[in-house]
Amino acid sequence: MSKEPVAVVGVGQTKHVAARRDVSIAGLVREAAQRALDDAELTWADVEAVVIGKAPDFFEGVMMPELYLADALGAVGKPMMRVHTAGSVGGSTALVAASLVAARVHGTVLTLAFEKQSESNAMWGLSLPIPFQQPLLAGAGGFFAPHVRAYMRRSGAPDTVGSLVAYKNRRNALKNPYAHLHEHDITLEKVQASPMLWDPIRYSETCPSSDGAVAMVLTDRAGAARAPRPAAWMHGGAMRSEPTLFAGKDSVSPRAGRDCAADVYRQAGIADPRREIDAVEMYVPFSWYEPMWLENLGFAAEGEGWKLTESGVTELDGDLPVDMSGGVLSTNPIGASGMIRFAEAALQVRGLAGEHQVEGARRVLGHAYGGGSQFFSMWLVGAEPPTS
Amino acid sequence: MTREAPRAAGVRDIAVVAFAQTDHRRTSEEISEVEMLMPVLHEVMESTGLKTADIDFTCSGSSDYLAGRAFSFTLALDGVGAWPPISESHVEMDGAWALYEAWVKLRTGDADTALVYSYGKSSPGSVRDVLTRQLDPYYVAPLWPDSVALAALQAQALIDAGTADEPALAAVGARSRADAAANSHAQPRGPVPQGDYLVRPLRTGDCPPIGDGAAAVVLAAGERARDLCERPAWIRGIDHRIEAHGIGVRDLTDSPSTRLAAERAGAYERPVDTAELHAPFSSQEVILREVLGLDDGVRVNPSGGALAANPIMAAGLIRIGEAAARIHRGESDRALAHATSGPCLQQNLVAVLEGDPR
Repeated sequence: MSKEPVAVVGVGQTKHVAARRDVSIAGLVREAAQRALDDAELTWADVEAVVIGKAPDFFEGVMMPELYLADALGAVGKPMMRVHTAGSVGGSTALVAASLVAARVHGTVLTLAFEKQSESNAMWGLSLPIPFQQPLLAGAGGFFAPHVRAYMRRSGAPDTVGSLVAYKNRRNALKNPYAHLHEHDITLEKVQASPMLWDPIRYSETCPSSDGAVAMVLTDRAGAARAPRPAAWMHGGAMRSEPTLFAGKDSVSPRAGRDCAADVYRQAGIADPRREIDAVEMYVPFSWYEPMWLENLGFAAEGEGWKLTESGVTELDGDLPVDMSGGVLSTNPIGASGMIRFAEAALQVRGLAGEHQVEGARRVLGHAYGGGSQFFSMWLVGAEPPTS
Repeated sequence: MTREAPRAAGVRDIAVVAFAQTDHRRTSEEISEVEMLMPVLHEVMESTGLKTADIDFTCSGSSDYLAGRAFSFTLALDGVGAWPPISESHVEMDGAWALYEAWVKLRTGDADTALVYSYGKSSPGSVRDVLTRQLDPYYVAPLWPDSVALAALQAQALIDAGTADEPALAAVGARSRADAAANSHAQPRGPVPQGDYLVRPLRTGDCPPIGDGAAAVVLAAGERARDLCERPAWIRGIDHRIEAHGIGVRDLTDSPSTRLAAERAGAYERPVDTAELHAPFSSQEVILREVLGLDDGVRVNPSGGALAANPIMAAGLIRIGEAAARIHRGESDRALAHATSGPCLQQNLVAVLEGDPR
């Protein structure tokens, strides 16, 4: 049976900052949603359903906040769903919303993801209590640092690669008015001189804690025809999960990530991602994950990802730009981070990414992951409608 | 604005083909959530003969706040056996909404089978206190109005409107517990006293038991459903709607979101013979019956309903499972299932299930 093509016709996000003390959670999400509607030149009445995502409720201390947010998001009298798939949630949320359109259950859907991390403390929110987790595994950095070490050992990557990614992404962020970190005086030396947090991960190679929200308006073919600005068309989307810890797990290049990418490429008719995809918004919370995911996503052979990074291929003006927006390294409202990747991919193929626009971007991948590198969600969007 | 629920040619038929649940208990402190869930997953898979690798899509519902730790659902996923990697998602909602997400996925044609599960352990904390955390965090939650107090406001509004009185509410509780006598999974079974006031006008008999439990359902599309189940419970319609959060702006004696969801699900097109209503408080059953137009000819909550077992995050999915199981057994031809979320019936889902004509 044929699916309805899904188009992104509106994107909105907040200026991400460490603490939005001027707005409530409701005010924050409303801001992003209104901007997405403005982009699509639609009103709240045009929205048929709302799909919202965020990471754990402990990050704000509100249980199932979608209940309280129904009014702020114009959802009263409409269907409203809440997705939660750990760090990949922003991507998963967009995919659930896209399914509603693809299945022709609804014609126009608002999807939104947020985190207001200043309401709580994410590091301790992420630190499961003993006996569920060993002590001194505070936050995500403690969990991922050994996997980075394993990658360095396996690939033989020089230990300078991580700082190159951080330096690039922070410079890209300067071109993105919505990015959280705007480090105007950033230099490679400053990144390399920053304190070691979880060896080999330095302070400047980690993501910030942000308050922020992002929203998209997804619609069907008829909705796209009415849209005032170019649409981004979904060519493929998939989620994959695998267990957290087990003997066969490859924490450097999880099979769930490889399978997820392969499914998206199959749907989109991509045979050679390195040549056929123009840019990637990749979920890189710690800088070393760029070379790791380049391999996992099939852009480089195993052990070769760091060479793309080192040679400048992933720079904004490179052959395969990665994290043009500055990425998670520059902006991390956790539950929103995945959807920001998806939304930035859409902005690129719509030609609306502003100063961080990649010239001629026609097909762009949005990528998210979460949990212990066990949850993956991705989509590939294009400037043209899908042909099949 | 919203299009008609499509029933046109080309839309796939999707059915509930299997259902399993735990025995719901006041506490299960000797086992983890995963240990509570595993037997249910095994049971629902065994009844269809499916293996994990045969399932195209998996979706679960649960709440970190009940578990008391972030990402609690990730541990349950390990129990599913997600290897090789699976296509999987999770809603921080009752499992009824996980079923809705799976139904949409099957509708796209990307999957032919889906496993849906949900679970909740209320026993580790005070569930009345925990649920206050789902209220508006700036104005309402700091006052700690608990879930029973909010339901009592709703019950009093109903009494003030002349729609019900305390004996009528007591009758709902008594009937539910009497029906639960035949349900081996229920908590209080058989006649129980209406009890003392918990929060006026609600007595203990008007309120749900606090308990731990899990449930799982298998969905399948088209011919696949007929292969897996002798009499599939076809989902003829399913829809959910939310209302404003602030109870001060709502008419607590009515449930417009249920009415809208029921309309969209096609519940009013023909009478149902069975209704499984997720009404944790007796007063809520009165409201739902009225809104759904269920007369005395409809068998309401033959399982005993949420007044006999209310494992939070699973109780809504159990309503769909119980309704489907009656169709599987040939005890119903057209059944309505309802799930609710939020204070005072804020959010409601309605599904209409049918068996093949006999």
